[in-house]
Amino acid sequence: MSIKVVRTKSEFEGTISEETALVDGKDLAAWGADAGLSIVGRRRTRVDGIARVTGRARFTQDVYLPGMLHVRVLRSPYPRARVRRVDASRAEALPGVRAVLHRFNAPQATFRGEETIFRDEVRFVGDEVAAVAADTEETAAAAVRLIEVEYEVLPFVADLEEAMREDATRLDEKDNVTESGRLDRGDVKRAFGDASVVVESTYRTSTQLHNSLETHGAVARWDGDELTVWESTQHVFGVREGLRTALRIPYSDIRVLCDYMGGGFGSKGGAGKYTIIAALFARQLGAPVRCVLTRDEENLAAGNRSATYQTVKIAARGNRIHAIEHLSWSNAGQGRWVADPTGPTNGLYDIPHLRTRSYKVVTSLGALASFRAPGYVEGTFALDQAIDELAERIGEDPLALRRRHIGLRSDPVTGLRYSLKRLAACYDVGEKEIGWGHRKPEGTRGSAPHRRRGYGMASQLWGGSGLPPAYATVHLNPDGTAVLRCGTQDIGTGTRTVLAQIVAEELGLALGDVRVELGDTNSQYAPISAGSLTVASVGPAVRLAAKDARMQLLDAASGLLEVGATELRIERGAVISKGRRTPIGDVLGEVKDFTVIGKGSRFPNPEGVSLKTFGAHFAQVEVDVRTGEVFVEHVVAVHDIGRVINPLTATSQVEGGVIQGLGFALSEERIVDRPTGRVVNGNLEGYKVPTIRDTPKITVKFIDDPDPKANNIGAKGLGEPPIIPLPAAIANAVANAIGVRVRTAPITRQRVLEALSLQ
Amino acid sequence: MDVRLEINGDRVSVHVPPHRTLLDTLRETLGLTGAKRVCDEGTCGACTVLLDGDPVYSCMTLAVACEGKGVRTVEGLSRGAKLHPIQEAFIEHDAFQCGFCTPGQIMSCVALLERVPRPTSEDVLRAVSGNLCRCGAYPNIVAAALSAAKAGSGR
Repeated sequence: MSIKVVRTKSEFEGTISEETALVDGKDLAAWGADAGLSIVGRRRTRVDGIARVTGRARFTQDVYLPGMLHVRVLRSPYPRARVRRVDASRAEALPGVRAVLHRFNAPQATFRGEETIFRDEVRFVGDEVAAVAADTEETAAAAVRLIEVEYEVLPFVADLEEAMREDATRLDEKDNVTESGRLDRGDVKRAFGDASVVVESTYRTSTQLHNSLETHGAVARWDGDELTVWESTQHVFGVREGLRTALRIPYSDIRVLCDYMGGGFGSKGGAGKYTIIAALFARQLGAPVRCVLTRDEENLAAGNRSATYQTVKIAARGNRIHAIEHLSWSNAGQGRWVADPTGPTNGLYDIPHLRTRSYKVVTSLGALASFRAPGYVEGTFALDQAIDELAERIGEDPLALRRRHIGLRSDPVTGLRYSLKRLAACYDVGEKEIGWGHRKPEGTRGSAPHRRRGYGMASQLWGGSGLPPAYATVHLNPDGTAVLRCGTQDIGTGTRTVLAQIVAEELGLALGDVRVELGDTNSQYAPISAGSLTVASVGPAVRLAAKDARMQLLDAASGLLEVGATELRIERGAVISKGRRTPIGDVLGEVKDFTVIGKGSRFPNPEGVSLKTFGAHFAQVEVDVRTGEVFVEHVVAVHDIGRVINPLTATSQVEGGVIQGLGFALSEERIVDRPTGRVVNGNLEGYKVPTIRDTPKITVKFIDDPDPKANNIGAKGLGEPPIIPLPAAIANAVANAIGVRVRTAPITRQRVLEALSLQ
Repeated sequence: MDVRLEINGDRVSVHVPPHRTLLDTLRETLGLTGAKRVCDEGTCGACTVLLDGDPVYSCMTLAVACEGKGVRTVEGLSRGAKLHPIQEAFIEHDAFQCGFCTPGQIMSCVALLERVPRPTSEDVLRAVSGNLCRCGAYPNIVAAALSAAKAGSGR
């Protein structure tokens, strides 16, 4: 095999960048329609199911090492303040306390561009001020309360729209508001002038908290120079990089492990301050150290989906959408970036005249983190409602209007031709499954006199092409069983299962004969499990590794059976030679202690092609006009994501996206007390994630048309697509039901009643 | 304080401070990490275990209040390689994604099935309405509980 350097354009969460990667050998063509696949594409229960239902699955929070110490963190009670003095003497005197770290005694440790973990100027309620390591968590928590801190309280601003104002408190030398994205197409000014109808609306979306059930956390242990960190993460290699930067130690001294993890949804992309704190204490104290956030800390300092303020001006000329101006401001908190809510507006529909701007707004709140389709959920909430508002004004069915604007065969942002686009098919399936024909422009009577029924839909556009670099190795044992090693992680999406399916298919083994080992930086590199890129990035590398193992096995079998390799094939764990089956174990059995190691790498995406996923959600709701309560009765989710590797786990993922979108649409809203800058519902009591009672009937459909241009498995990503169009579809259904539109998410009872009262 | 408990059928005696929860006792003192700490304030159900057959939030239960009682956790459901029907059903119906809430969901279902061997969907919804799942496995959890009931009644 030979190593080659490749350069490739890659898309991650709406941003396209140039990547350099190394690849090994040659790529394979995608499986064709005649490939006769028997494991890929079939419903398979999870290969790690038993571990997850018996309590044996070991999550980071379940790592208890002998002699392990526990950390609790003191966090700022002020949204902005200078830390003048820290007196930890009373905390240090508490029996069981081993050490206290704060800005006056902590070793230098660079974290996300800052020189220290404990800031001189704390910038949000929840910012790290000090940390205590103690024999028990209870002792550490008690000690935190004994630390005395002198703060110089500084002016702050904790609200998005307040921070946008000219006279707002400035949080940096720079303005609070900076432009983060722009696109111009055609001539918007003229287009609005010669339009027949113009509709302008303002939309707001609230801050959504990830609330992964396993909070962020790490356990660190040093053995001499070697640091092992167990972390609940979507990217073990990202954690390794964070540790290298903070501690200035080489890769060879760091091993990061994540076997099972309890949800991330975008927020667990790399090392956190808790990781570095655990590693610093562990080195200083010579004992393993666990630092796991509490639920409240999780909701203050571990990321969130930015609240947005968006304005959309949309114009029609005849029955065509003529122009859109979409401006969006996102609350970054103390984050250094924001997602782009105008992404769907730029690329989803055929709009000749377009002007979009996206702005980052800093506030005195915790930094945002990617949250499942960052920007795209918020942006689609505005865009797809604006389209419905325009449809209503021109007297059109909103589905019919959209149908006339999805005909582009090329990506309007890059000009590249789509590899495959089955959005129209998604509409056809959704229309039928929801019974769109029941929709009336004025809504219909519900199941009771005070209930109104409505239907709504929205579309989704998302990248999901995957990207290099990603590598894998397949270790084929002499008994015919195999182990796949890959540095990716299974964050609950079923990665272990789909990768095992790919190995079993390519190598001709039974699924049960493939073991999958993930989440270990001692394996080869794999990208972050985010951006809907895992299967499409790692899957092709895994297939190549399995193929390499197969070719080596055939060579070995050829020698052992004294038959030409081209006359051999592998099927269901056996080598087939001239119609005779010899189990792999029997072929290799006479060779002692030999392991075939197949290697595979992810090749670049094809040049000159736009790889996208498409989809549409349809919703049927009822609204109680007395209480304002929205009852979602049925959601139909249809997605075009290339080949579906496992319909069982794929369906689960769509259901999960729909339910998380339901929270965004109807109940989830971080509430900040403006006078104090405090989050008042940073817990699962006051912050309402959907329960089983809130779950509607969900119909999941896939177009399941493999995309042979995408990669050698023909699959694209599915993590993000099923959350993107759900809130807009619900909002459109609510507007259809009650004849008045709620333009702020979540669509709470209060907001529905307010909208009705203004009617 | 010393507390005597019967954990998954085994009698044990543990020494715990009076304010220690049953959850922390299970996880940290006894090494049974199946029950999870998620909210630590009785809102999410991830720490659900059975106390003399009743589902309880173990984060809201003090260990000292369990003197002489029987505690069942997810670790006690399977017998060697033989899974409990509800565990089988959770796998078959893909009733979990990350699996972090799963032990709690399963224990709530076990409590239901032992009391109501042939539950309706409404019974299942009531039984697990105190168990949050952030991945959104809810539809499959209902399907799993109903199918486990069917499987159980056939035995």
